[in-house]
Amino acid sequence: MKRRVVITGMGIYSCLGKNLEEVCKSLYEGKSGIVFDPSRKELGFRSGLTASLAMPKLKGILSRNQRVYMAEQCNYAYLATDEALKNAKIDGDYLASHETGLLYGNDSSADAIMKSIDTMREKKDTTMIGSGAIFQSMNSTVTMNLSCIFKLKGINLTVSGACASGSHAIGLGRMLIQTGLQECVVCGGAQEVNPYSIGSFDGISAFSVRENDPAAASRPFDRDRDGLVPGGGAATVIIESYESAVKRGAPVLAEITGYGFSSNGDHISVPNVDGPCRSLKMAISEAKIDIRTIGYVNAHATSTPVGDANEAKAIANVFGDHRPEVTSTKSMTGHEMWMAGASEIVYSMLMMKNGFIAPNLNFENPDSDSVKLNIPATRVNKVFDTFLSNSFGFGGTNSTLIVKDIK
Amino acid sequence: MDKAALIKTVNEALAEEFEIEISALVPDAKIKDTLDIDSLGLVDMVALVDGLFGVKIQAHEITGILTFENLYDYIDKNIKG
Repeated sequence: MKRRVVITGMGIYSCLGKNLEEVCKSLYEGKSGIVFDPSRKELGFRSGLTASLAMPKLKGILSRNQRVYMAEQCNYAYLATDEALKNAKIDGDYLASHETGLLYGNDSSADAIMKSIDTMREKKDTTMIGSGAIFQSMNSTVTMNLSCIFKLKGINLTVSGACASGSHAIGLGRMLIQTGLQECVVCGGAQEVNPYSIGSFDGISAFSVRENDPAAASRPFDRDRDGLVPGGGAATVIIESYESAVKRGAPVLAEITGYGFSSNGDHISVPNVDGPCRSLKMAISEAKIDIRTIGYVNAHATSTPVGDANEAKAIANVFGDHRPEVTSTKSMTGHEMWMAGASEIVYSMLMMKNGFIAPNLNFENPDSDSVKLNIPATRVNKVFDTFLSNSFGFGGTNSTLIVKDIK
Repeated sequence: MDKAALIKTVNEALAEEFEIEISALVPDAKIKDTLDIDSLGLVDMVALVDGLFGVKIQAHEITGILTFENLYDYIDKNIKG
Protein backbone atom coordinates (compact mmCIF):
# COMPACT_ATOMS: atom_id res chain seq x y z
CA MET A 1 0.00 0.00 0.00
CA LYS A 2 1.56 3.28 -1.11
CA ARG A 3 1.37 6.10 1.39
CA ARG A 4 -0.36 9.39 0.62
CA VAL A 5 1.98 12.34 0.04
CA VAL A 6 0.91 15.87 0.85
CA ILE A 7 2.28 19.38 0.45
CA THR A 8 2.66 21.16 3.77
CA GLY A 9 4.72 24.20 2.83
CA MET A 10 5.77 26.35 -0.10
CA GLY A 11 8.21 29.16 -0.77
CA ILE A 12 9.23 31.13 -3.82
CA TYR A 13 11.58 33.81 -5.07
CA SER A 14 10.84 34.76 -8.66
CA CYS A 15 10.40 37.66 -11.04
CA LEU A 16 6.78 37.81 -9.84
CA GLY A 17 7.77 38.48 -6.24
CA LYS A 18 10.07 37.68 -3.36
CA ASN A 19 7.58 35.56 -1.41
CA LEU A 20 4.23 33.78 -1.71
CA GLU A 21 2.16 36.86 -1.00
CA GLU A 22 3.86 39.04 -3.61
CA VAL A 23 3.77 36.28 -6.21
CA CYS A 24 0.09 35.57 -5.62
CA LYS A 25 -0.70 39.26 -6.14
CA SER A 26 1.27 39.34 -9.39
CA LEU A 27 -0.48 36.22 -10.66
CA TYR A 28 -3.87 37.68 -9.81
CA GLU A 29 -3.04 40.93 -11.58
CA GLY A 30 -1.48 39.20 -14.57
CA LYS A 31 1.78 41.06 -14.16
CA SER A 32 4.71 40.34 -16.44
CA GLY A 33 8.20 40.00 -14.95
CA ILE A 34 9.97 40.38 -18.30
CA VAL A 35 12.31 43.26 -19.15
CA PHE A 36 14.82 44.26 -21.81
CA ASP A 37 18.41 44.19 -20.56
CA PRO A 38 20.66 46.24 -22.89
CA SER A 39 23.83 44.76 -21.34
CA ARG A 40 22.99 41.45 -23.01
CA LYS A 41 23.23 43.10 -26.41
CA GLU A 42 26.73 44.28 -25.51
CA LEU A 43 27.61 40.63 -24.85
CA GLY A 44 26.43 39.69 -28.34
CA PHE A 45 23.04 38.30 -27.44
CA ARG A 46 20.50 37.95 -30.22
CA SER A 47 17.82 38.79 -27.63
CA GLY A 48 18.18 41.13 -24.67
CA LEU A 49 14.97 39.92 -23.05
CA THR A 50 15.06 38.36 -19.60
CA ALA A 51 13.08 38.01 -16.41
CA SER A 52 14.03 40.63 -13.85
CA LEU A 53 14.77 39.76 -10.25
CA ALA A 54 17.09 41.29 -7.69
CA MET A 55 19.94 39.35 -6.13
CA PRO A 56 18.98 38.71 -2.49
CA LYS A 57 21.09 40.36 0.18
CA LEU A 58 21.87 37.55 2.63
CA LYS A 59 24.69 39.30 4.49
CA GLY A 60 23.51 39.48 8.07
CA ILE A 61 21.22 36.49 7.54
CA LEU A 62 23.83 33.88 6.67
CA SER A 63 27.47 33.99 7.76
CA ARG A 64 30.32 34.67 5.37
CA ASN A 65 31.38 31.03 5.73
CA GLN A 66 27.93 29.92 4.59
CA ARG A 67 27.59 32.40 1.73
CA VAL A 68 31.03 31.84 0.21
CA TYR A 69 30.01 28.42 -1.17
CA MET A 70 26.72 29.57 -2.65
CA ALA A 71 26.30 30.10 -6.38
CA GLU A 72 23.78 32.69 -7.53
CA GLN A 73 20.83 30.31 -7.64
CA CYS A 74 21.56 29.05 -4.11
CA ASN A 75 20.63 32.49 -2.80
CA TYR A 76 17.19 32.23 -4.35
CA ALA A 77 16.83 28.63 -3.17
CA TYR A 78 17.77 29.55 0.39
CA LEU A 79 15.03 32.17 0.63
CA ALA A 80 12.42 29.96 -1.02
CA THR A 81 13.30 27.08 1.30
CA ASP A 82 13.34 29.24 4.40
CA GLU A 83 9.85 30.47 3.54
CA ALA A 84 8.63 26.95 2.76
CA LEU A 85 9.93 25.48 6.02
CA LYS A 86 8.34 28.28 8.04
CA ASN A 87 5.13 27.80 6.08
CA ALA A 88 5.24 24.08 6.93
CA LYS A 89 5.94 24.88 10.60
CA ILE A 90 9.24 23.00 10.50
CA ASP A 91 11.99 24.39 12.72
CA GLY A 92 15.59 23.49 13.51
CA ASP A 93 14.60 21.17 16.32
CA TYR A 94 12.43 19.12 13.97
CA LEU A 95 15.19 18.92 11.36
CA ALA A 96 17.71 17.87 13.99
CA SER A 97 15.60 14.96 15.13
CA HIS A 98 14.11 13.76 11.82
CA GLU A 99 15.84 12.54 8.67
CA THR A 100 14.41 15.15 6.31
CA GLY A 101 15.42 14.73 2.68
CA LEU A 102 16.37 17.20 -0.03
CA LEU A 103 15.75 16.76 -3.76
CA TYR A 104 16.25 19.91 -5.79
CA GLY A 105 16.29 20.53 -9.50
CA ASN A 106 19.31 22.33 -10.92
CA ASP A 107 21.10 21.80 -14.20
CA SER A 108 23.82 24.43 -14.45
CA SER A 109 26.11 26.69 -12.51
CA ALA A 110 27.73 28.52 -15.36
CA ASP A 111 28.58 31.83 -13.74
CA ALA A 112 30.71 30.23 -11.03
CA ILE A 113 32.50 28.02 -13.54
CA MET A 114 33.18 30.93 -15.85
CA LYS A 115 34.61 33.11 -13.08
CA SER A 116 36.94 30.38 -11.82
CA ILE A 117 38.21 29.65 -15.31
CA ASP A 118 38.73 33.36 -15.98
CA THR A 119 40.82 33.60 -12.79
CA MET A 120 42.79 30.48 -13.66
CA ARG A 121 43.62 31.81 -17.10
CA GLU A 122 44.58 35.25 -15.81
CA LYS A 123 46.54 34.30 -12.69
CA LYS A 124 47.98 30.94 -13.74
CA ASP A 125 47.55 29.93 -10.13
CA THR A 126 44.62 27.81 -8.99
CA THR A 127 44.85 29.00 -5.36
CA MET A 128 43.71 32.41 -6.55
CA ILE A 129 40.37 30.89 -7.56
CA GLY A 130 39.50 30.77 -3.86
CA SER A 131 37.74 28.24 -1.69
CA GLY A 132 34.16 28.82 -2.79
CA ALA A 133 34.42 28.14 -6.51
CA ILE A 134 34.40 24.35 -6.46
CA PHE A 135 31.25 24.28 -4.35
CA GLN A 136 29.60 26.94 -6.46
CA SER A 137 30.54 25.29 -9.74
CA MET A 138 29.04 21.87 -9.30
CA ASN A 139 25.55 21.02 -10.49
CA SER A 140 24.74 19.95 -6.94
CA THR A 141 25.61 23.37 -5.54
CA VAL A 142 22.04 23.99 -4.39
CA THR A 143 21.59 20.73 -2.52
CA MET A 144 25.07 20.77 -0.98
CA ASN A 145 24.50 24.27 0.38
CA LEU A 146 20.89 23.87 1.53
CA SER A 147 21.65 20.59 3.29
CA CYS A 148 24.46 22.20 5.27
CA ILE A 149 22.61 25.43 6.08
CA PHE A 150 19.38 23.75 7.20
CA LYS A 151 21.15 20.66 8.67
CA LEU A 152 19.14 18.19 6.60
CA LYS A 153 19.88 14.53 7.29
CA GLY A 154 17.86 12.52 4.77
CA ILE A 155 18.46 11.99 1.06
CA ASN A 156 20.62 14.75 -0.39
CA LEU A 157 20.50 14.81 -4.17
CA THR A 158 20.29 17.15 -7.15
CA VAL A 159 17.95 16.27 -9.98
CA SER A 160 19.23 17.35 -13.38
CA GLY A 161 16.50 16.79 -15.92
CA ALA A 162 16.82 19.92 -18.00
CA CYS A 163 13.63 22.01 -17.92
CA ALA A 164 11.75 19.25 -16.11
CA SER A 165 14.25 19.12 -13.20
CA GLY A 166 12.04 20.75 -10.58
CA SER A 167 9.03 18.63 -11.49
CA HIS A 168 10.99 15.39 -11.41
CA ALA A 169 12.45 16.40 -8.02
CA ILE A 170 8.94 16.59 -6.59
CA GLY A 171 7.82 13.39 -8.29
CA LEU A 172 10.86 11.45 -7.09
CA GLY A 173 10.55 12.86 -3.58
CA ARG A 174 6.96 11.68 -3.56
CA MET A 175 8.09 8.16 -4.50
CA LEU A 176 10.54 8.07 -1.59
CA ILE A 177 7.75 9.02 0.79
CA GLN A 178 5.21 6.67 -0.79
CA THR A 179 7.53 3.74 -0.21
CA GLY A 180 8.35 4.73 3.36
CA LEU A 181 12.03 5.56 2.78
CA GLN A 182 11.45 9.18 3.81
CA GLU A 183 8.80 10.95 5.87
CA CYS A 184 9.49 14.45 4.64
CA VAL A 185 11.45 15.80 1.68
CA VAL A 186 12.32 19.38 0.79
CA CYS A 187 11.80 19.56 -2.98
CA GLY A 188 12.25 22.34 -5.46
CA GLY A 189 14.04 23.85 -8.39
CA ALA A 190 16.53 26.68 -8.87
CA GLN A 191 17.67 28.62 -11.92
CA GLU A 192 20.52 31.08 -12.32
CA VAL A 193 19.61 34.28 -14.18
CA ASN A 194 23.02 35.67 -15.15
CA PRO A 195 23.57 36.10 -18.91
CA TYR A 196 26.53 33.74 -19.09
CA SER A 197 24.37 30.78 -18.15
CA ILE A 198 22.16 31.10 -21.19
CA GLY A 199 24.32 32.71 -23.88
CA SER A 200 24.59 29.34 -25.60
CA PHE A 201 20.78 28.97 -25.44
CA ASP A 202 20.41 32.39 -27.07
CA GLY A 203 22.92 31.24 -29.66
CA ILE A 204 20.58 28.61 -31.06
CA SER A 205 17.90 31.28 -31.73
CA ALA A 206 15.52 29.91 -29.12
CA PHE A 207 14.67 33.28 -27.57
CA SER A 208 12.01 35.79 -28.54
CA VAL A 209 13.35 38.93 -30.20
CA ARG A 210 10.26 41.03 -29.54
CA GLU A 211 12.50 43.49 -27.69
CA ASN A 212 10.36 46.57 -28.28
CA ASP A 213 7.61 45.17 -26.06
CA PRO A 214 9.11 42.93 -23.32
CA ALA A 215 5.79 42.19 -21.59
CA ALA A 216 4.39 40.90 -24.88
CA ALA A 217 7.40 38.74 -25.76
CA SER A 218 6.47 35.55 -23.93
CA ARG A 219 3.24 34.49 -25.61
CA PRO A 220 2.67 30.76 -25.17
CA PHE A 221 0.18 29.20 -27.57
CA ASP A 222 -0.31 32.48 -29.45
CA ARG A 223 -0.09 32.25 -33.22
CA ASP A 224 2.61 34.92 -33.39
CA ARG A 225 4.98 33.55 -30.73
CA ASP A 226 8.63 33.71 -31.71
CA GLY A 227 10.54 32.03 -28.91
CA LEU A 228 10.97 31.87 -25.15
CA VAL A 229 12.28 34.42 -22.66
CA PRO A 230 14.77 33.14 -20.05
CA GLY A 231 13.85 33.52 -16.40
CA GLY A 232 14.89 32.15 -13.04
CA GLY A 233 14.83 32.16 -9.26
CA ALA A 234 13.84 29.26 -7.03
CA ALA A 235 10.80 27.52 -5.64
CA THR A 236 10.49 25.02 -2.80
CA VAL A 237 7.69 22.72 -1.69
CA ILE A 238 7.76 20.66 1.48
CA ILE A 239 6.22 17.27 0.89
CA GLU A 240 5.59 14.60 3.50
CA SER A 241 3.53 11.60 4.34
CA TYR A 242 -0.04 12.37 5.28
CA GLU A 243 0.50 10.55 8.57
CA SER A 244 3.58 12.63 9.40
CA ALA A 245 1.80 15.86 8.57
CA VAL A 246 -1.23 15.05 10.69
CA LYS A 247 0.91 13.76 13.57
CA ARG A 248 2.84 17.00 13.89
CA GLY A 249 -0.15 19.23 13.25
CA ALA A 250 1.25 20.63 10.01
CA PRO A 251 -0.84 22.63 7.55
CA VAL A 252 -1.97 20.03 5.00
CA LEU A 253 -2.36 22.08 1.83
CA ALA A 254 -2.84 19.53 -0.93
CA GLU A 255 -2.07 15.97 -1.99
CA ILE A 256 0.17 14.98 -4.88
CA THR A 257 -1.98 12.28 -6.41
CA GLY A 258 -0.15 11.57 -9.64
CA TYR A 259 3.33 11.59 -11.16
CA GLY A 260 3.94 10.59 -14.74
CA PHE A 261 7.14 10.61 -16.71
CA SER A 262 8.51 9.55 -20.06
CA SER A 263 11.32 10.06 -22.48
CA ASN A 264 10.68 10.94 -26.09
CA GLY A 265 13.58 8.81 -27.30
CA ASP A 266 13.77 11.16 -30.22
CA HIS A 267 15.41 14.52 -31.01
CA ILE A 268 17.62 16.40 -28.54
CA SER A 269 15.75 19.71 -28.79
CA VAL A 270 12.58 19.19 -30.81
CA PRO A 271 9.77 17.78 -28.66
CA ASN A 272 7.24 15.33 -30.03
CA VAL A 273 3.64 14.50 -29.15
CA ASP A 274 3.90 10.86 -28.13
CA GLY A 275 6.30 11.39 -25.21
CA PRO A 276 4.23 14.08 -23.46
CA CYS A 277 1.05 12.05 -24.09
CA ARG A 278 2.54 9.07 -22.28
CA SER A 279 3.66 11.26 -19.36
CA LEU A 280 0.17 12.77 -19.05
CA LYS A 281 -1.55 9.41 -19.25
CA MET A 282 0.76 7.86 -16.66
CA ALA A 283 0.07 10.67 -14.18
CA ILE A 284 -3.70 10.46 -14.73
CA SER A 285 -3.67 6.68 -14.45
CA GLU A 286 -1.60 6.78 -11.28
CA ALA A 287 -3.88 9.38 -9.73
CA LYS A 288 -6.83 7.06 -10.42
CA ILE A 289 -9.08 10.00 -11.18
CA ASP A 290 -11.76 10.83 -13.69
CA ILE A 291 -10.05 13.28 -16.02
CA ARG A 292 -13.11 15.54 -15.68
CA THR A 293 -12.11 16.33 -12.12
CA ILE A 294 -9.04 18.19 -13.40
CA GLY A 295 -10.06 21.84 -13.30
CA TYR A 296 -6.89 23.47 -14.53
CA VAL A 297 -3.84 22.53 -16.59
CA ASN A 298 -0.59 24.43 -16.07
CA ALA A 299 1.12 23.84 -19.38
CA HIS A 300 4.84 23.63 -19.97
CA ALA A 301 4.39 25.85 -23.06
CA THR A 302 7.43 28.09 -23.32
CA SER A 303 6.37 30.22 -26.30
CA THR A 304 8.39 28.32 -28.88
CA PRO A 305 6.66 27.49 -32.17
CA VAL A 306 7.09 23.70 -32.18
CA GLY A 307 7.04 23.04 -28.43
CA ASP A 308 3.74 24.76 -27.79
CA ALA A 309 2.11 23.20 -30.84
CA ASN A 310 3.10 19.69 -29.82
CA GLU A 311 2.02 20.18 -26.21
CA ALA A 312 -1.33 21.52 -27.41
CA LYS A 313 -1.72 18.39 -29.53
CA ALA A 314 -0.84 16.19 -26.55
CA ILE A 315 -3.25 17.93 -24.16
CA ALA A 316 -6.06 17.85 -26.73
CA ASN A 317 -5.35 14.20 -27.42
CA VAL A 318 -5.42 13.17 -23.76
CA PHE A 319 -8.27 15.39 -22.56
CA GLY A 320 -10.61 14.81 -25.50
CA ASP A 321 -13.86 16.68 -25.07
CA HIS A 322 -13.05 17.77 -21.52
CA ARG A 323 -11.67 21.27 -21.87
CA PRO A 324 -10.42 22.69 -18.56
CA GLU A 325 -8.62 26.02 -18.63
CA VAL A 326 -5.06 25.63 -19.90
CA THR A 327 -2.53 28.38 -19.30
CA SER A 328 1.21 28.80 -19.25
CA THR A 329 2.44 30.98 -16.40
CA LYS A 330 5.58 31.40 -18.50
CA SER A 331 3.63 34.15 -20.24
CA MET A 332 4.39 36.16 -17.07
CA THR A 333 7.65 34.64 -15.83
CA GLY A 334 9.43 33.59 -18.98
CA HIS A 335 10.93 30.13 -18.92
CA GLU A 336 12.29 29.36 -15.46
CA MET A 337 13.92 26.18 -16.76
CA TRP A 338 15.44 24.02 -13.96
CA MET A 339 13.14 25.83 -11.53
CA ALA A 340 9.99 25.76 -13.65
CA GLY A 341 8.60 22.39 -12.62
CA ALA A 342 8.66 23.43 -8.97
CA SER A 343 7.66 27.07 -9.39
CA GLU A 344 4.68 26.13 -11.52
CA ILE A 345 3.43 23.83 -8.77
CA VAL A 346 3.66 26.81 -6.41
CA TYR A 347 1.93 29.14 -8.90
CA SER A 348 -0.84 26.59 -9.49
CA MET A 349 -1.23 25.99 -5.76
CA LEU A 350 -1.61 29.72 -5.13
CA MET A 351 -4.26 29.93 -7.82
CA MET A 352 -6.12 26.86 -6.53
CA LYS A 353 -6.04 28.09 -2.94
CA ASN A 354 -7.27 31.52 -3.95
CA GLY A 355 -9.90 30.57 -6.52
CA PHE A 356 -8.54 32.01 -9.74
CA ILE A 357 -6.59 31.12 -12.86
CA ALA A 358 -4.00 33.67 -13.90
CA PRO A 359 -4.18 34.85 -17.50
CA ASN A 360 -2.18 33.33 -20.30
CA LEU A 361 -0.79 36.73 -21.22
CA ASN A 362 -0.53 37.71 -24.86
CA PHE A 363 -2.80 34.96 -26.14
CA GLU A 364 -4.37 37.02 -28.89
CA ASN A 365 -4.83 34.56 -31.72
CA PRO A 366 -4.80 30.78 -31.55
CA ASP A 367 -3.04 28.64 -34.10
CA SER A 368 -4.43 25.43 -35.56
CA ASP A 369 -3.36 23.46 -32.45
CA SER A 370 -4.03 25.85 -29.58
CA VAL A 371 -7.53 26.54 -30.93
CA LYS A 372 -8.46 23.11 -29.60
CA LEU A 373 -7.68 24.17 -26.03
CA ASN A 374 -9.53 26.42 -23.57
CA ILE A 375 -6.90 29.13 -23.06
CA PRO A 376 -8.02 32.24 -21.17
CA ALA A 377 -6.14 35.43 -22.01
CA THR A 378 -7.60 37.17 -18.98
CA ARG A 379 -7.91 36.05 -15.37
CA VAL A 380 -10.65 33.54 -14.64
CA ASN A 381 -12.21 33.54 -11.19
CA LYS A 382 -12.83 29.86 -10.67
CA VAL A 383 -12.83 27.42 -7.79
CA PHE A 384 -11.11 24.16 -8.72
CA ASP A 385 -9.68 21.40 -6.58
CA THR A 386 -7.39 19.47 -8.90
CA PHE A 387 -4.73 20.62 -11.36
CA LEU A 388 -2.22 19.03 -13.67
CA SER A 389 1.22 20.51 -14.33
CA ASN A 390 3.47 19.62 -17.27
CA SER A 391 7.24 20.04 -17.50
CA PHE A 392 9.29 18.97 -20.49
CA GLY A 393 13.00 19.29 -21.21
CA PHE A 394 15.84 18.92 -23.68
CA GLY A 395 16.65 15.35 -24.53
CA GLY A 396 12.94 14.58 -24.46
CA THR A 397 12.48 14.25 -20.71
CA ASN A 398 8.86 14.71 -19.61
CA SER A 399 7.25 15.02 -16.20
CA THR A 400 3.63 15.50 -15.17
CA LEU A 401 2.28 16.07 -11.68
CA ILE A 402 -1.33 16.06 -10.49
CA VAL A 403 -2.23 17.85 -7.27
CA LYS A 404 -5.53 17.76 -5.38
CA ASP A 405 -6.60 20.39 -2.90
CA ILE A 406 -7.12 19.55 0.76
CA LYS A 407 -9.26 22.05 2.64
CA MET B 1 55.84 49.65 2.70
CA ASP B 2 56.57 50.12 6.39
CA LYS B 3 55.37 47.52 8.85
CA ALA B 4 52.59 49.66 10.33
CA ALA B 5 51.11 50.36 6.90
CA LEU B 6 51.41 46.69 6.03
CA ILE B 7 49.53 45.64 9.17
CA LYS B 8 46.82 48.22 8.51
CA THR B 9 46.36 47.00 4.93
CA VAL B 10 46.24 43.34 5.98
CA ASN B 11 43.81 43.95 8.82
CA GLU B 12 41.41 46.03 6.75
CA ALA B 13 41.34 43.42 4.00
CA LEU B 14 40.88 40.50 6.40
CA ALA B 15 38.14 42.31 8.32
CA GLU B 16 36.24 42.96 5.12
CA GLU B 17 36.72 39.50 3.59
CA PHE B 18 35.90 37.53 6.73
CA GLU B 19 33.35 39.99 8.12
CA ILE B 20 34.83 40.50 11.55
CA GLU B 21 35.60 43.52 13.69
CA ILE B 22 39.04 44.91 12.92
CA SER B 23 39.66 45.29 16.65
CA ALA B 24 39.79 41.49 16.94
CA LEU B 25 42.89 41.39 14.77
CA VAL B 26 45.64 41.65 17.36
CA PRO B 27 49.16 40.31 16.76
CA ASP B 28 49.08 37.33 19.10
CA ALA B 29 45.55 36.18 18.23
CA LYS B 30 45.19 32.82 16.48
CA ILE B 31 44.23 33.31 12.82
CA LYS B 32 41.83 30.39 12.37
CA ASP B 33 40.00 31.02 15.62
CA THR B 34 39.74 34.75 15.11
CA LEU B 35 38.60 34.60 11.50
CA ASP B 36 36.38 31.59 12.26
CA ILE B 37 37.81 29.65 9.32
CA ASP B 38 39.00 26.14 8.59
CA SER B 39 41.55 25.02 6.00
CA LEU B 40 39.21 26.15 3.20
CA GLY B 41 39.14 29.65 4.62
CA LEU B 42 42.92 29.67 4.74
CA VAL B 43 42.90 29.29 0.96
CA ASP B 44 40.98 32.56 0.74
CA MET B 45 43.46 34.22 3.10
CA VAL B 46 46.38 33.04 0.95
CA ALA B 47 44.65 34.34 -2.19
CA LEU B 48 43.93 37.64 -0.50
CA VAL B 49 47.57 38.13 0.56
CA ASP B 50 48.76 37.20 -2.91
CA GLY B 51 46.35 39.66 -4.46
CA LEU B 52 47.35 42.50 -2.12
CA PHE B 53 51.12 42.08 -1.98
CA GLY B 54 52.11 39.57 -4.66
CA VAL B 55 53.31 37.36 -1.81
CA LYS B 56 52.53 33.71 -2.32
CA ILE B 57 52.37 31.76 0.93
CA GLN B 58 53.67 28.29 0.11
CA ALA B 59 51.58 25.30 1.15
CA HIS B 60 54.34 23.87 3.35
CA GLU B 61 54.75 27.22 5.10
CA ILE B 62 51.13 27.89 5.99
CA THR B 63 51.31 25.48 8.93
CA GLY B 64 53.87 27.79 10.54
CA ILE B 65 51.64 30.84 10.26
CA LEU B 66 49.41 30.53 13.28
CA THR B 67 49.02 34.09 14.54
CA PHE B 68 48.57 37.45 12.88
CA GLU B 69 52.08 38.33 14.02
CA ASN B 70 53.35 35.32 12.05
CA LEU B 71 51.37 36.52 9.03
CA TYR B 72 52.63 40.12 9.18
CA ASP B 73 56.22 38.89 9.55
CA TYR B 74 55.88 36.47 6.63
CA ILE B 75 54.54 39.14 4.31
CA ASP B 76 57.11 41.69 5.48
CA LYS B 77 59.93 39.24 4.84
CA ASN B 78 58.75 38.15 1.40
CA ILE B 79 57.31 41.35 -0.02
CA LYS B 80 59.18 42.69 -3.03
CA GLY B 81 60.42 46.23 -3.03
